[in-house]
Amino acid sequence: MSTVDTATATNQHVDLGSKSAGRAVKDKVAQAVMWLAFVIAMIPLVWILATVIVKGGSLLLESQWWTHSQQGITNRREGGGAVHAIQGTLLQGFVTALISVPIGVFTAVYLVEYGRGKLARAVSFMVDILTGIPSVVAALFIYALWVTTFGFNRIPFAVCLALTILMVPTIVRSTEEMLKLVPNELREASYALGVPKWKTIVKIVLPTAFSGIVTGILLGLARVMGETAPLIILAPYFRSISTNLFDGLMGTLPTMINDGRDNMGLLPTQERVWAASLTLILLILVLNLLGRLVSRMSKVKS
Amino acid sequence: MTSITGVSAADSSPDPDGRTPLEGDRANTGRLGDKLFGGAATAAGLIIILIVTLIGVFLIAQAIPALLKNKDNFLTSQAWDVSNPDEMRFGIARLLWVTVSSSVVAMLIAVPLGVAIALFLTEYAPKWLAKPAASLVDLLAAVPSIVYGLWGANIVGQYFEPVGDFLNTYFGWMPLFADASNARGSSIAFVSIVLAIMILPIVTALSREVFAQTPAAHKEAALALGATKWEMIRTAVLPFGKPGVISAAMLALGRALGETLAVMLIVSALASGSEWNLSLLAGGETFASKIANNAGEFDSPSKTGAYIAAGLVLFILTFVVNAIARIVIERRKAFTE
Repeated sequence: MSTVDTATATNQHVDLGSKSAGRAVKDKVAQAVMWLAFVIAMIPLVWILATVIVKGGSLLLESQWWTHSQQGITNRREGGGAVHAIQGTLLQGFVTALISVPIGVFTAVYLVEYGRGKLARAVSFMVDILTGIPSVVAALFIYALWVTTFGFNRIPFAVCLALTILMVPTIVRSTEEMLKLVPNELREASYALGVPKWKTIVKIVLPTAFSGIVTGILLGLARVMGETAPLIILAPYFRSISTNLFDGLMGTLPTMINDGRDNMGLLPTQERVWAASLTLILLILVLNLLGRLVSRMSKVKS
Repeated sequence: MTSITGVSAADSSPDPDGRTPLEGDRANTGRLGDKLFGGAATAAGLIIILIVTLIGVFLIAQAIPALLKNKDNFLTSQAWDVSNPDEMRFGIARLLWVTVSSSVVAMLIAVPLGVAIALFLTEYAPKWLAKPAASLVDLLAAVPSIVYGLWGANIVGQYFEPVGDFLNTYFGWMPLFADASNARGSSIAFVSIVLAIMILPIVTALSREVFAQTPAAHKEAALALGATKWEMIRTAVLPFGKPGVISAAMLALGRALGETLAVMLIVSALASGSEWNLSLLAGGETFASKIANNAGEFDSPSKTGAYIAAGLVLFILTFVVNAIARIVIERRKAFTE
């Protein structure tokens, strides 16, 4: 109550000033602009979600979408599903995480627990550089290494390598944040009991930060699953189910979208492209939500 | 049994089980574990340095042979003809222009909008709305770039036609909006808007973070002096957040420079041999979209080398932009500590 009174009093005082009206108007205009900015940002979000749901949503309700691949289905024909692309995206994401998590978590442990001086600063700087690397450059690097230098074929595993470059910095940064939040008293208590440093990290520090680290991994996974450029450069689209990362082709949701987009004039393909987009968005959303859920269970409170 | 020197006879007399006391009982001190674990952590850090170095080395090593065969000037030519390995003519002038202009325009749109949204989220939004609203803006980042491209090219592009025509009619005297007889919905100007939407969550999230850290004392001081809310924001919040906003803008610019799919799907490539023009209403290709567009024809090393050379320039460009962002953040840290 008293604060309101003070505020009113201040305003009245201000009102007596010569430019008061102008200032009040400016204040109102600023407020309106901020609200408007938020509303403007919501337009594309609503528009995109409405588009993918209206144009592709009905396919997701058919059980076929989740159980069949596109094997034997042409651009003109209806039918088939996206199970080949979903499993390809999940499999490549899983393998990418398998490679990225140890590198990312160990790097974060190095930066927080071990790193001092020039080397640590260099590592930290390089992580920043990796964060900003365009996915197409990461893909081109793997192409130059894998295909041109070693003479290997374009295989799904090469995509995992390119995605690793994009996923590692996300994991490093989020793990680093979480490790910094672990109170130093915990470490000191452990050292005082004579526990070696590495055991302190493995048994005390990492478990305390565990949920935060998992959140970082899930968010990193969400980021790389939507990447398309490495797929276009390193792994052409495949219509049928394949689980071999080291031979042949593999379908993924982004390449399924990319493959169909040239035939947007054909209704069955068009619908499948939007449905694949919706599936991909849903997949990323689920990972994001899972990440938030896990972070809410976090032991470390910032 | 202590002496002034700290040495006692007991130190050298053997234990009942035959060991000298200083030897200890050889319990596991964990030093080997420390060496292994610490070594693994350091190795991971070194891997990161190695990856970035390798990226640079590999791109340079494979770009050089192609650059040596190049018959045109790599920096100033806008031709791109690499079909004949012995007669390659390629340059980045056009790619550089389209990449930089589309990203800068995207930044010019996204930064003011993102800052306004960040202010809305931290200062204006009612408490019940602030958190869900922030998640909604973050949701924009959950949409993959290929979906932005698809949506821009197939759904929204047509609505940009009248805007493009308007710009051309009234601002056509500027080279930036000169007529390029390109479909407006597949122009650089339109993709800039889509890029702006894509980088908006980055700008908003980072700006929100710095605005939220504005010391309450600064804000209260401004209000106590009779400032309106807007004046408080202008005198206390914005100056405090300025370095953070600048680095957010640079990071967003870095992201826009490297964006591939949206540009590739939306902007129509110009026919080779097109005349040089500065118009934002024209089409074109960025480094990233050029590389992705032609991924199918990476068949000979020299041909691929030309695209790798383009990728190298993009790498350097984003490297510089991100390094600047980093330096600004570092300087801000120095101030607040």
